[in-house]
Amino acid sequence: MKSSVIIFPGSNCDRDMDVALKKFGFKNQMVWHNDSEIPKSDLIVLPGGFSYGDYLRCGSIAGKSNIIKSVIDFANSGGLVLGICNGFQILTETGLLPGILQQNKYLNFICKNVFVKIKNKENKYFMNIKKDVLELHIAHNEGNYFCTKDELKSIEDNGQIAVTYCDHKGNDDEENNPNGALKNIAGIFNKKKNILGMMPHPERMIDPFLSGEDGSLFFKNLIGSL
Amino acid sequence: MKVKVIVTLKNGVLDPQGKAIQQTLNGMSFQNVSEVRQGKYFDIEVNESDESKAKTQVEEMCKKLLANLVIEDFKIL
Repeated sequence: MKSSVIIFPGSNCDRDMDVALKKFGFKNQMVWHNDSEIPKSDLIVLPGGFSYGDYLRCGSIAGKSNIIKSVIDFANSGGLVLGICNGFQILTETGLLPGILQQNKYLNFICKNVFVKIKNKENKYFMNIKKDVLELHIAHNEGNYFCTKDELKSIEDNGQIAVTYCDHKGNDDEENNPNGALKNIAGIFNKKKNILGMMPHPERMIDPFLSGEDGSLFFKNLIGSL
Repeated sequence: MKVKVIVTLKNGVLDPQGKAIQQTLNGMSFQNVSEVRQGKYFDIEVNESDESKAKTQVEEMCKKLLANLVIEDFKIL
């Protein structure tokens, strides 16, 4: 299975993602933002970081970069596109995913492990993960998911909520909401479920000695489902 | 010609920075400040002498890049 990770100026999780994808069997290649074509891929990843220094709004400049047209075409033809953290912000700015990631409610940069509840397993990203709650890492200043009431109704009706912040038992209530995100939303899909954007970093949870291994479950499932 | 644009958060959208500024002002003895909404201001030099053409272009820029219409409104001054 072939994957491509797009590097923007200011990306800083691109190499972690490369390591994670290769560890679980992807043939990964790195693609520079100024290129206009993406090599043949089964998966495109927009990594975390601070593309273009977060100027204007997080992800807004990356959302107009040279490579993005190819990402949009790939996504619209049904290809799998995964955006992590800044990658999620870029996906909302391109319009591939609804809503926007605003500044965290209490204006703090949050860097810690959190639990997230998988809300929908009828998709390639989570289909064969046995656990319902994963422990993953978040590190962001703008992760406060917001969308209009109509959009929220639409994403709820279409099962587009992918993961929500919760405690270790899966309670996704206000007490377990780290950043003020609407409905504790940590990640969403597009309608077809081939595009996933999420704030937590599975690529940081793939080593039993350094972190936990719930990120491994994510990547093992992903390569298995392709 | 120069076109000026202000981008602000829509009514009802949480503005934690504005709230923090308001609370700071209250703490500095400006007790009568009841709300602050923070926004962005752009000075855009467009090589176009026709004012209405320039403003139409800037409006498109606002919709496509300068403002995110999910949470922001823009005003061309």
